[in-house]
Amino acid sequence: MRFMMMVIPRGYESAAPDTVRSPDAAPKMTEYNKALQRAGVLLALDGLFPPSTGARISYTDGKATVTDGPFAEAKEVIGAYWIIQVRSREEAIEWAKRAPMSDNEVIEVRQIHEMPDFPDDVQKAPEGFESRNAVVK
Amino acid sequence: MIEAVWKIESTRLIAAIARVTRDIGVAEELAQDALVTALELWPEEGVPENPGAWLMKAAKRRAIDTLRRGHMLEQKHEEIARELEWRQQRLADALERSMDQVIDDDILRLIFTACHPILPVEARIALTLRLIGGLTTAEIARAFLVPEKTMGQRIFRAKKTLSEAHVPFETPCGDELRRRVESVLVVVYLIFNEGYTATSGEEWARTAICDEALRLGRMLAQLLPGESEVHALLALMELQASRATARRGRNGEAVLLSDQDRSLWDLAQIQRGVTALEHARRLGGGAKHYALQAAIAACHMRARTAEETDWERIVLLYDALMQISQSPIVALNRAVAVGEAQGPAAGLDAVDAAARLAGASALAGNHLFPSVRGDLLMKLGRFTEASEEIQRAITMTKNLREQELLTERLKKIEKAALSA
Repeated sequence: MRFMMMVIPRGYESAAPDTVRSPDAAPKMTEYNKALQRAGVLLALDGLFPPSTGARISYTDGKATVTDGPFAEAKEVIGAYWIIQVRSREEAIEWAKRAPMSDNEVIEVRQIHEMPDFPDDVQKAPEGFESRNAVVK
Repeated sequence: MIEAVWKIESTRLIAAIARVTRDIGVAEELAQDALVTALELWPEEGVPENPGAWLMKAAKRRAIDTLRRGHMLEQKHEEIARELEWRQQRLADALERSMDQVIDDDILRLIFTACHPILPVEARIALTLRLIGGLTTAEIARAFLVPEKTMGQRIFRAKKTLSEAHVPFETPCGDELRRRVESVLVVVYLIFNEGYTATSGEEWARTAICDEALRLGRMLAQLLPGESEVHALLALMELQASRATARRGRNGEAVLLSDQDRSLWDLAQIQRGVTALEHARRLGGGAKHYALQAAIAACHMRARTAEETDWERIVLLYDALMQISQSPIVALNRAVAVGEAQGPAAGLDAVDAAARLAGASALAGNHLFPSVRGDLLMKLGRFTEASEEIQRAITMTKNLREQELLTERLKKIEKAALSA
């Protein structure tokens, strides 16, 4: 199962367009990213520019309205994300707990939708295993 | 939560201990002991700040205790006792050092040992999932539709075999390295296929097994960055897995590549696959076994519709693959491509060549031979022969869903014959 770990830095909703992460945190972050990579769980990671450089497109009655950032109403915004492939929600949380974040940051862990589950009768059909196993041998 | 920590830490833990004990069975036991201690203490005392380091420390204590106990038993002669004491001290020191710093080499050694050619393939698969995948015996048994007891015995025997053969806990080098990497890749790809091509078993188990193979592939790409085939296998698995959603219909039935809804293909995963394949090519391994298979998969993925598929290129890639391994299954796949690129008559000749290659082997009884032949005959308008072949295919497979698909095709042929 895949999870997105979203970094929500406090204050990023009103950060200046040229805001960058503190370089002091970089070596620790690199180490953390490497650990994710070595464990084979990392699928993607990216950092995002502040909302002041972005735009929001809202829809009313089928009509799109564009608002340039920053967005006065936004309380929490995403600053970066990882996508990881892990075996359980707990494992995703465990990885998030190990991230080198500073005091004013939050990580929200959310599962990514996967292929819809098949009906039970399909899942339980036991045919075909022998023939498949024969090829393995 | 303890389980999650275990999944993340167990491989590093076992690898670090095995560097000292030189026996992965013993190493796993010690790591398990540490886990049991954690299961007892953490619910009461809370999860420690650094759970990985905590487990390491607990395992180290157990290891030293075990050494001491072994020492007591063998303390028959004073001389031996002194020798043992010295050895014990040395081992304890080594253990101390090894656990303070787990290096990637340990994990690599663990993988090479679990996939040692001395073991039967099934045992390598089970041991890899257990030691590197952190799966429980019950989970592995469920994924392989084998009773838990059987799987437990398989793992036990595998560890015993390694221990009795004194298989060194090391990273091979030179020509040996290539052979051993091959053995590891075979195991990873079999694990992947177990999850990917299975038409049975519980859905979650199959997905979990596929994901685990992909994770192992990514781990190996980090551990052996210079081995082109490692990247190529990862590419092949990513490209195949990117079609996972599209290859099953609403009722779980298999959907052929040409009939798949290509909008369901996972673009990010395709991109990861293509990047890994490019990496393999840059390392000079573009013409090797897994790279060619990945290239064929990539060729399919590049086509926006089935009709746009570059079959000529796929035939060339299969030709190159045939030069490496004269496998009847590769030959049969090539025949399908030839049928598309050069017409059904040429495809039919290629199927016959593939069947000759299969000879009297077990593969000769594979239903895919008459099934492919039936398709090509239908395209040639030879409907009677086509339906005979499909009927033959139906009797050759025990898989009910496969039989259903073939029966549907039989109906199509009969309909086409009527309107012809």
